[in-house]
Amino acid sequence: MVNKIVIKDLNLCFAKNHVLKNIDISIPEKLITAIMGPSGCGKSTFLRCLNRMNDLIKRTKISGSVLIDEKDIYSDSIDIFDLRKKVGMVFQKPNPFPKSIFENVAYGLKIHGTKDKGTISEKVEKALRDANLWDEVKDRLSSSAFDLSGGQQQRLCIARALAVEPEIVLFDEPASALDPISSSKLEELLEELKKNYTIVIVTHNLQQAARISDWTAFLMLGELVEFNKTEKIFTAPQDKRTENYLTGKFG
Amino acid sequence: MRRLKQTFGFTLLRLSVFIVFLSLLSLVVFISLKGFKVLSLSFLLEFPRRGMTKGGIFPAIIGTFLLSTGAILFALPLGVLAAVYLKEYAGARKWVKIIRIGINNLAGVPSVVFGLFGLAIFVKLFGFGVSVLSGSLTLGILILPVIIRASEEAINSVPSSFKEASFALGATKWQTIRKVVLPTALPGILTGAILSIGRAAGETAPILFTAATFYTRHLPESPFREVMALPYHIYALITEGTKPEFQVPIAYGTALVLLLLVFAVNFVAIIIRFRMRRKRKW
Repeated sequence: MVNKIVIKDLNLCFAKNHVLKNIDISIPEKLITAIMGPSGCGKSTFLRCLNRMNDLIKRTKISGSVLIDEKDIYSDSIDIFDLRKKVGMVFQKPNPFPKSIFENVAYGLKIHGTKDKGTISEKVEKALRDANLWDEVKDRLSSSAFDLSGGQQQRLCIARALAVEPEIVLFDEPASALDPISSSKLEELLEELKKNYTIVIVTHNLQQAARISDWTAFLMLGELVEFNKTEKIFTAPQDKRTENYLTGKFG
Repeated sequence: MRRLKQTFGFTLLRLSVFIVFLSLLSLVVFISLKGFKVLSLSFLLEFPRRGMTKGGIFPAIIGTFLLSTGAILFALPLGVLAAVYLKEYAGARKWVKIIRIGINNLAGVPSVVFGLFGLAIFVKLFGFGVSVLSGSLTLGILILPVIIRASEEAINSVPSSFKEASFALGATKWQTIRKVVLPTALPGILTGAILSIGRAAGETAPILFTAATFYTRHLPESPFREVMALPYHIYALITEGTKPEFQVPIAYGTALVLLLLVFAVNFVAIIIRFRMRRKRKW
C-alpha cells in the first residue's frame, strides 16, 4: 500500500479559531478514506486543505505539511491551478453550472487549454461513462444541467471533476442532499472509482462510512482522534471518544 | 376603535395607490390624446418642413437613437468592468467604500450638471465640439452609476457555489469571472443596461449644450456632427416656436413617440427579466 497523501502536524486557524490541531495522517492510494465526526469538527476544512480551497477564505493561517506524491502542496513552487486539476472535488450540494450537460463536463478541459473539439467530446463521454451517467444523458447533452434530478446532477458534478483526469477526488458529504436510491447509486459509483482514483470522503453518515470506506479517520474538535482500517474502527475502536460517537452517545 | 383605525389605514393606502395610478394613467392618456392627431407614418419618416410647422421628426428619432446607442456602447463595458473590479477584486477596503459612495452620489447629481460637465470636458477640452460623440459620452457618464449598480447586483446574485466549483477545477479567478460569473449575471446586467438606454433617450439637459441642435437638414455624417433629438425637439418647439398653433401639436406628437420608445425599451427589459426568472433554477 502506497500513501498518496502524507500530512504532518497540520494546523489551521480561521482568524482566532483554531480549527485543525496537529493532524498527522497518511492517506492510502486508490482506496476510499472516510473522514467522519460530529458537526463542526473540522472535517470539511480538513478536506479543503488537500486542494487548497481554504486559500480562498481570508485570514486563514495554515502550518505543517501536506505532501501529495511526496511534494509539499503548500510550497511556493506549487502551481495551485495544476494542484486543483490533480485533486478534484465534489461538493455537498450538487452545484452544476447553469450551462448544458456537455458544457459542464467540458468546462475543466477548456480552462486547462484543451481546444480540439474531438478530444473534448471524447473526454466528456468518457467522464460521463465513468460517472455512470452516460446512458441517462447521451441523447440530451445540450439540455440544461438543471433539467437533471438531484442524484443525476451530483453524478454530473462527479463527471465534471473526472474529466480533467485527477488522481485524487475529494467528496464533501456528497450524498447528504440525495434521496436513498440516488445515494446508493453514488456509493456503487465510489466503489468503482477507487480502482483508478484515491478517494477521500467526508461524511457524518456512519453506515455510509462503514459500507464504502477502507480506512476511516475520526475527527473531533479539530483533533484526529483515531485513524485505522474501517473494520477495526467500527468493531474495536481504540479510543473511548470514538466508541461513544459510534454507539450514539453524542453526535 | 382599533377597527376604525385599521379601516382608516387601509383607506389611506388604497387612496395613495389610486392617486399614483391615476396620475400615471392621466399622463399617458393626456399625451396620447394630444399627440395622436399628428401621428402618422410620414410624421415618423419625414424631415421637418417650413420652420417646423409641417413635416415629421425623422432626424430627431435617428438622433436619439444614435445618442443612446453611443451612450450604452461607452457606459456598458466600462460599467461592467468597474462592477467586476469592485465586487470581485477590490475587497472591503476603505477607499472602495469611498468609491462606492461616490458612484451612488453620482446617480443623484442633477442631469443639467452633467450637461455642463460635458460642455466643459468633451465639447471644449477634448475639442469634440457640439456633436453626437460629446452627447453620447455625457449621457454615458449619466447612466454609468445605474449600470454599475445593476451589474454589481447581478454579480452578487451569482451563487458562490458556482465559483467554488470553478476554482475547484483549477480555474483562475479571471477564467471563473469570464466563463461562469459574467454569463450567469448577464441577464441582470442587460436588464439594467436596457433600462438605462430608456433613461438616456429621454434626457434633455445633458444634450442641451453637448449634442442637440434645433434644426438640421441632414442626418449627421460623422460622430463629430450635431444632431436633433426627441426631448430637445420638444423643448425647442415649445420655447422657441413662432407659430404655436402648428408647433405645439407637433411637440405633443414628439412626446408621444418618445414615450412609446421608452415604453418599448422598458418592455424589452421586462421580457428579459421574466425569461431570466423562469429559466433560473438555482
